[in-house]
Amino acid sequence: MQILRVLLLRLLTTAITLAGVAVIVFFVIRVVPGNPIAMMLPPGATDEDIARLSALYGLDKPMITQFGIWLSGVVQGDFGTSITTRQPVLALVLGRLPATLELSIMALVMAMILGGAAALAGTRFRGGRTEGAIDVANGMALSVPDFLWGLVLILLFGVLVPIFHISGRVTPSLELPFTTDFYLFESLFRLRFDLWADIVAHMFMPALALAIPLAAIIVQLLKQSLKETMNLDYVTLSRTKGYGETRVILREALRNAALPTLTLVGVQFTFLIGGTVIIERLFSYEGLGNMAIDAVINRDLPLIQGIVILFAVIFTGVNLIVDLLYTVLNPRLRHG
Amino acid sequence: MSFLRVNNLSVRLKKGPPLLRRVSLQVAAGDVHGLVGESGAGKSMIGKAVLGILPPSVEVTGGEIWLDGVDLLSLPLAERRRRIGATAALIPQDPLTALNPSHRIGPQITDRLVDILGWSRADANRRALELLAEVQIPDPDRVMRSYPHELSGGMRQRILIASAFAAEPKLIVADEPTTALDVTVQKQILKLIAGMQARHGTALLFVTHDLGVVSKVCQRLSVLYAGMVVEDTSVADFFAAPRHAYSAALLAATPKYTDPAAGLQPVPDAVIAQVRAEVVAFDRGAAHG
Ligand SMILES: Nc1ncnc2c1ncn2[C@@H]1O[C@H](COP(=O)(O)OP(=O)(O)OP(=O)(O)O)[C@@H](O)[C@H]1O
Ligand SMILES: [Mg+2]
Repeated sequence: MQILRVLLLRLLTTAITLAGVAVIVFFVIRVVPGNPIAMMLPPGATDEDIARLSALYGLDKPMITQFGIWLSGVVQGDFGTSITTRQPVLALVLGRLPATLELSIMALVMAMILGGAAALAGTRFRGGRTEGAIDVANGMALSVPDFLWGLVLILLFGVLVPIFHISGRVTPSLELPFTTDFYLFESLFRLRFDLWADIVAHMFMPALALAIPLAAIIVQLLKQSLKETMNLDYVTLSRTKGYGETRVILREALRNAALPTLTLVGVQFTFLIGGTVIIERLFSYEGLGNMAIDAVINRDLPLIQGIVILFAVIFTGVNLIVDLLYTVLNPRLRHG
Repeated sequence: MSFLRVNNLSVRLKKGPPLLRRVSLQVAAGDVHGLVGESGAGKSMIGKAVLGILPPSVEVTGGEIWLDGVDLLSLPLAERRRRIGATAALIPQDPLTALNPSHRIGPQITDRLVDILGWSRADANRRALELLAEVQIPDPDRVMRSYPHELSGGMRQRILIASAFAAEPKLIVADEPTTALDVTVQKQILKLIAGMQARHGTALLFVTHDLGVVSKVCQRLSVLYAGMVVEDTSVADFFAAPRHAYSAALLAATPKYTDPAAGLQPVPDAVIAQVRAEVVAFDRGAAHG
C-alpha cells in the first residue's frame, strides 16, 4: 500500500516537474540569440529565403502560439521535426537514448562496485593504513571532474597502453545483427560475446570516467554510514555470536548502512547522466549527449526541446526508482 | 572448576587512565555471579572483555580471561570470537537497539546455530520455536517471521533471552537486562532469566545496580569501585556482614524491604575518601611495578 501511495504521489509531482521543464526550455532557447534558419541556409541566402523557411517551421508566429502548437503536438506524442535533419525528433531522440542509458548504467554499476568495495575494505581495515590509502585515493577522485578523468584515461589506455577504444560505440566494420539499439544488452542476450567485448572496449573508458567521481562519493557516504552502524548494539551482539568482522560487516551492517547512501546515490546518478553530455563528446560516443551538443550548435530548437524533456523524464524516473527501492528495502516503511 | 576465571585483568583507555584495575573473579558452572557498583565502575567493561567486545578505544594491558579452560586473550581474534560464540552469550541491556531492524526475528535466533555451530536450518528453526515457547511468547510461528519493529520491548527482550540460550551456552553475560524495560515487565523478565538459568544450568554473570535483585538471584558477587574489585564474596556473607566499608555503605544505601521509610542513603564522604585512597595506592603500586 505504501509503495502504491509513493508511486501515485511521485507520478503527480513528476507530471508537474515535466510541465515546468517544458515551459522553461521552450522560452529560454528562443530568448537566446541565434537563428536556426540562418544557420541552416548556405551563406548568401536572402532575408526573403530566411523568412520563407521560418514560416515553414512556424517560427514566424508569436512565441505563445508556437508554444501552444508544440505542446498540443507533445501531448499527442509528436515532438516536431528536427530542423537540421528534417526527421521526427522523437525517433531521433529514442534512437540515441539506448546508447546513453547503457553508458550511464555501466558507469553506475562500475561506481557501485568500485565504491562499495572500497567502502567495505575501508571499514574492515578501519583505522589502519588501508583506510588511509582509500581516503587519499578518494580525495583525488573527488577533486577531479569526470571529463578530466576522461582525458587521463585516454592518455593512459588509449595512447600510452592502447588497450581500449577511444572513440565511437562499436567498431564500424563489424556486422551488427541487432534489432534494438541496446547493443550492450542485446549482444549479451544473443550470446555474441565477440561483439559484446568490442562494445565494452568502447564503453569502458567513458563509463569509468563517469564512474570515478560517483564511486568516490559512494565511498565517502557508505564508509561513514558503515562505521556508525558498526557501533550499534545489534552489530556488537552479532560479534558475540562468533562471526568474524568481515561477516559482521556484510551480514549486519551493510544493508542498514546502504539505505541512507542509496537516496544520495540516486541524486548523484542524475548528475552522472548529466555528465554524459561532455563525456560522449570527448569519446565521440553516439548518444543523446553528443546529439544535444550538435543540436545546440545548430540551434535546432525542436531537437533541443525533445532532448531536454527526455533528460528530465530520465532524471525524475531515476528519482522515482530510488524512492521505490528505499521503500522496498526498509521493512519499517514497507509495513508502516 | 570455574567455567569463567578472570585473572588480574587490567584495561585502560588507549594511552589513558585505567578502567579496570587487576580485576579477578571466578564463576563456577551453573552459578549466578553479580557485578555491582556505581555507574562507571567498570561492570559492563568486564562483561565486554569476557565476550570479546571491548570498544576499540580501550586496550587490555594485562591479565587472563579463562573461558572453559582456554585463555581467550591468547587466541587470535577470529578463533576467540568463534570460541566465545560457541560457549557464551549476551543478554543485552536495551532490547530496542539489540535486534537488527532489517532482519526477521527467526534468523536472528538461529544464525549462530546455523552459521557457527553448523546445524541444519530445519533443526535450528525447531529449536528456535521451542525456545520462543519457553520464554512464553504467544504464536512463535508468527513472531519468527516478524520484524523487530512489530514487537514490544518486553517481547524483544524475551526474544533476546531465547537467542542467548539457543546454543546452550555455559555462560551468559546479562548486562542490566531489565533497566531499559517498563517497570511492569521488569519483574517478569527477571524471573524468566532466573528460571531459564536454573533449568539450563547456565552460569550467569549478572550486571546490576540493584542489590535487592542480587540477593534473590546471585550466589556470589563482586563489588566494584573505579574498576577495582573491593569485595568478592558469597551473597550470604555479603548481606550478613560486608567486609569492606564501601560495600557496607552500598548495602546501607539500598532501601530495605523491612523498612522502606529509611529510604536511600548516599555513600558517606568518608567511605568514598577511603576507597579513593585505595585506588590511588593501587595505581602507585602499579606504577612502581
Ligand atoms: N566506548 C568507550 N570508550 C571509552 N571509555 C569508555 C567506553 N565505554 C565506557 N567507558 C568508560 O569506562 C568506564 C567503565 O564503564 P562501564 O560502562 O563499564 O561502567 P558501568 O559500571 O557499566 O556503568 P553503568 O552502571 O553506568 O552501566 C567508565 O569510566 C566509562 O566512562
Ligand atoms: Mg554498564
